[in-house]
Amino acid sequence: MRDYRNANEAVALAVRLARVEVVAAYPITPQTAIVEEIAGQIARGELDAEYIRVESEHSALAACYGAAVAGARVFTATSSQGLAYMYEMLHYASGSRVPVVMAVVNRGLAAPWTIWTDHQDSVSCRDTGWIQLYVETAQEALDTALQAYRIAEHGEVLTPVMVCLDGFVLSHTEEVVEIPRQEEVDSFLPPYRPAYYVDPERPAVFAPGMGPDLYPSYKRSQQLAMEKAREVIKAVDEEFGALFGRRYGGLAEPYRCEGAKAVLVTLGSVTSTAREVVDRLRQQGHAVGLLRLRALRPFPAQEIREILGGAEVVAVLDRNCSFGLEGAVCTEVKAALYGLARQPQVLGFIRGLGGQDISQADIEEIFQHALSFSPGRR
Amino acid sequence: MLQIRWHGRGGQGVVAAARLLGRAAAVYEGRYALSFPSFGTERRGAPVKAFTRLGDRPIRDRSQIYTPDCVVVFDVTLLEGGDTWQGLRHGGIFLLNAPFEPHSLPLQGVTFYRVDVTALAREVLGQPLVNTAMVGVLAGITGWVSGEAVKGAIFDLFPARLAEKNWLAAEKAYLLGQELREKGRRA
Repeated sequence: MRDYRNANEAVALAVRLARVEVVAAYPITPQTAIVEEIAGQIARGELDAEYIRVESEHSALAACYGAAVAGARVFTATSSQGLAYMYEMLHYASGSRVPVVMAVVNRGLAAPWTIWTDHQDSVSCRDTGWIQLYVETAQEALDTALQAYRIAEHGEVLTPVMVCLDGFVLSHTEEVVEIPRQEEVDSFLPPYRPAYYVDPERPAVFAPGMGPDLYPSYKRSQQLAMEKAREVIKAVDEEFGALFGRRYGGLAEPYRCEGAKAVLVTLGSVTSTAREVVDRLRQQGHAVGLLRLRALRPFPAQEIREILGGAEVVAVLDRNCSFGLEGAVCTEVKAALYGLARQPQVLGFIRGLGGQDISQADIEEIFQHALSFSPGRR
Repeated sequence: MLQIRWHGRGGQGVVAAARLLGRAAAVYEGRYALSFPSFGTERRGAPVKAFTRLGDRPIRDRSQIYTPDCVVVFDVTLLEGGDTWQGLRHGGIFLLNAPFEPHSLPLQGVTFYRVDVTALAREVLGQPLVNTAMVGVLAGITGWVSGEAVKGAIFDLFPARLAEKNWLAAEKAYLLGQELREKGRRA
């Protein structure tokens, strides 16, 4: 059904369509509308789920963790300070390999206090062992939330997923959204039936204390699961595309990179505006392209080498800062390109912090900078 | 693509108006739209902006609107701020809700319309709630969306009883807008 929705509403619809069984969340702008809508769905009888009210985000994720360990399909959502407050539990969820799906409605972190978008919140949680997928549109938010359950619950992945969507630019922006039918979603996403869960008939321990003899092997298994997630994310996106006609490029999506001299690397909603700029510059005869990273973890290093290896200059637009170095994505793109015989020059641009608007003119300026960059100059 | 910037005060429903227009085009005319609130502090009575883009292809530009084709002002006191007409394109439309003609505005090369939508809303709704009627007037003046599409969107976004009253106001405003079409003051 063709509808007109913002990304918060789109995510709440995905939660209903995914037949999530337990939701625990604490309200925080700009995420609140998601869990309000879910509460409404439960109250109206549209979703048969347990909604656990909690006193904090830490408890929200703890409740989701418990429910997931008991074998339920769970959902939570947060932003900014809320995600920061969850930090301890993020590691519990990934370390215990419970397939929680969480919408992170990206918002800058205090201080100074802000409610507007940037990626500092989720990028700061890059190393918590969660899969992170960044979406570009409300439609992709809905579709990725559905895909996220297939990825997280995959027997060889069993890793929680953050679906990251930009606050306001996506969360509060309405656009055309095609809402899939329940039967279609049911055929794509069967009920969650975990092999291991808390069951009095089959006693087991989750998250036990662990000595140095075995602890590393658990961490290694997390890393292997992330490696496995690379192909699962791509396969799930393909399968979704075959069923619904919408694909998002798996881990990373190139746009007009053929023969591109300068390529811009983006994350999130700014990609959409950047496509407009790439089309215009191409029309003017400039060899420019765009690479949108959909996954930050697992990091699409191979795709980056393949797609960016032929470019002369790569401009990375970071909506975060790893203070004391540079934008976090910039560093990672450089690392991915390390060892290539012919390495493009990588330039970092930090834009759009705390909701700063990124206009077409801003993006064009970055491209002009990249195009005029002579390889000899560092 | 058409770009509309809405100016009002917190509580007047500018964000809902931006959404209403987008929904009318997207759901009832099979076109594409994008609507979003301003990225500023929103408090009752404080100046608030919202944006709508309409197009025949998917809309990809998600930045704020700097050069609108149309500016809609819900409250005459916002003119004092002096930024409502900023960036309005040559040949664009400036639509003002006001009970009287404002003293000269620095508008050039645009078409100016003044409508007392507050009076119309008071008459129909019994309250000075202008947002649905403002969408009606705009649709009437410009023909950018049909009255039927506006009606459909109002019935989607409001509970039935409120929707009926709001459509009464919006329809009246739409017909008034149609009468005014091409009769704006060239500034």
